[in-house]
Amino acid sequence: MSRGRASRWVDIGFRGTAAVCSAMPLVLLAAILAVVVAGSLPSIRYMGWQFITGITWNLGNLYGAISVHGGVRAPAGASYGALVFLVGTLASSAIALVIAVPVSVLTAAVLAYQVRGPLQSLLSLLVELLAGIPSVVFGLWGILVLAPWVGRQLGPGIAHVLGWVPFLGGAAGTGLGLLSSGLVLALMIIPIITAAVRDLLMQVPRLYREGGFGLGLTSWEVLRHVCLPIVREGLIGAVALGWGRAMGETMAVLMVGGSALNQLPENLYSPISTMAAVIANQLDSALTDASHMAVHALAELAALLLVLTVATNLVARLLVNRVGRSTTVPGVRV
Amino acid sequence: MSVKSPETAVVFSTGKEQSVGLARRRRLSSFFGWGLAWACAGLVVGALVDLLVTIIIKGVTSFRWDMLTTVTHGVAGGLQNAILGTLWLVCIAIVIAAPVGILGGVYLAEFARTSWARAVRFWTEVLSGVPSIVVGYFVYLLLVLGLGWGFSALAAGIALVIIMLPYIVTSTDSTLRQVPWSLREGAWALGLTRFQAVSRVVWRPAAGGIATGLLTSIAVALGETAPLLYTAGWSAYNPDWRLTHSQVGYLTYVVWTYIEQPYPEAHALAYSAAFLLLVVIVCIHVLVRILVRRWGGGAPAH
Repeated sequence: MSRGRASRWVDIGFRGTAAVCSAMPLVLLAAILAVVVAGSLPSIRYMGWQFITGITWNLGNLYGAISVHGGVRAPAGASYGALVFLVGTLASSAIALVIAVPVSVLTAAVLAYQVRGPLQSLLSLLVELLAGIPSVVFGLWGILVLAPWVGRQLGPGIAHVLGWVPFLGGAAGTGLGLLSSGLVLALMIIPIITAAVRDLLMQVPRLYREGGFGLGLTSWEVLRHVCLPIVREGLIGAVALGWGRAMGETMAVLMVGGSALNQLPENLYSPISTMAAVIANQLDSALTDASHMAVHALAELAALLLVLTVATNLVARLLVNRVGRSTTVPGVRV
Repeated sequence: MSVKSPETAVVFSTGKEQSVGLARRRRLSSFFGWGLAWACAGLVVGALVDLLVTIIIKGVTSFRWDMLTTVTHGVAGGLQNAILGTLWLVCIAIVIAAPVGILGGVYLAEFARTSWARAVRFWTEVLSGVPSIVVGYFVYLLLVLGLGWGFSALAAGIALVIIMLPYIVTSTDSTLRQVPWSLREGAWALGLTRFQAVSRVVWRPAAGGIATGLLTSIAVALGETAPLLYTAGWSAYNPDWRLTHSQVGYLTYVVWTYIEQPYPEAHALAYSAAFLLLVVIVCIHVLVRILVRRWGGGAPAH
């Protein structure tokens, strides 16, 4: 009898502990939001809307007197304008999407419909491997291979052929810049979008496709006119998922972006910084500022980035989940 | 032999030519479409192969075995401090993340009401989309500055826990849900409590899936940089195994800072660190793949 009672208490204890553990993701998400927003309050009071519209990121005189402005202490002359980084984030992720979406959808179609057996598992393995490679390694490859290629061949090529289009002309420089960042980001989000779209395409009911074939459509037309329309919502969700990842990516952009400060990109080859990269890059300034204003300004940057990525993620999840619960692929963070 | 009226002939021939032309155009567009699709797949695989080959060649030519046994001196030396530091951080992280994540996943799959389970699954996915630099900055604000831990192993470990948790929760939850319901009913019929049913029966077919999730999360944690920048700091000495107030070196830091230095010794260290990381991570992924094949990702669902 007592043994039965003991095991019931163990049961209740286990259930309670497990329930607390299952709440951890929610608790952590709420804590991240609360702490980052709370950390950014002084900066919000100091800069106001100028944080989003200003392009000057100046820490002020860190060794001089500390001025009080709007009830907040900051180094004299400090100005935190994040427009450059906002533009850098949006532009580089947009370039990444323009490249990654068609490539991913077509690759996913090949994976879902054109190959089977060992070739299919080999290709799937390679795509999953691509998702597992650390972002510093992408950054290293970007510095060693991609940026020189962009600087010497791709950039001048685009400028030569499409130079009359605004934003596409100009000197390619070292290759470290917007275009290289977009290309590296594209390569990093391709496995995410590909895995999601492949799962969606494999969920398309067989009968619909057979109906298409029965009408005499070619396999390409079945893909275009039957499969893609069916998975459209999930496809948009997968793209949003990739977009969120591209905006939040730090190391690769930090290494190939060229670390621009206080200047908006003039053309496709200009150096840029994204919000994530600048947070990583400004570590030293956060440490040296005695008034801690730089810490708060970076927190505001982190809060802005968090809101952007969580918003895109929410939309993405709602769209992907509505189509049907896709099975998660091990190794791919979808 | 009758003469065809010109109209009929014209109608006939154009009709036929049109249908032939249409069929050919459709065949051509199908051909080009799939050609393009294969080209895209080739592009992705080509880029991956180029990346792997570049890093492996650079790594093999610059790696020396004594890097494993010496610490970094300035821009030269070895990688021992970074290797031990990375292992130390990942150990701290997995010790916290594995129990929390597995228990959380078990609760979602076995005990939770549907509405709660659905909500947690959704927000876990959203948590996995939080940029890792934001996670690092959150830990910096809360623990490094707020609690005054300084750059430390525990702060960095907790940042990694936040990154790893979604993988472990999701994989545990989804593999447990694939375990046939009849196993649980059988266990309950023998008089086991729900905890006993999970701890003695139900976990067995799901063990492979849970192990896969753990391994994947370890692979991710090994390759992370952004959450560690603001939490681990950097140290050129081997870790002293203190949890707080002691900076720790790690491999990914070597890759991104030493490649920016103008010295060949520094570059050699960066290449070797990237090479080591890549080898370990690729091995883990292949192992995961083998596990998935052997266990089939749990029993078939009913």
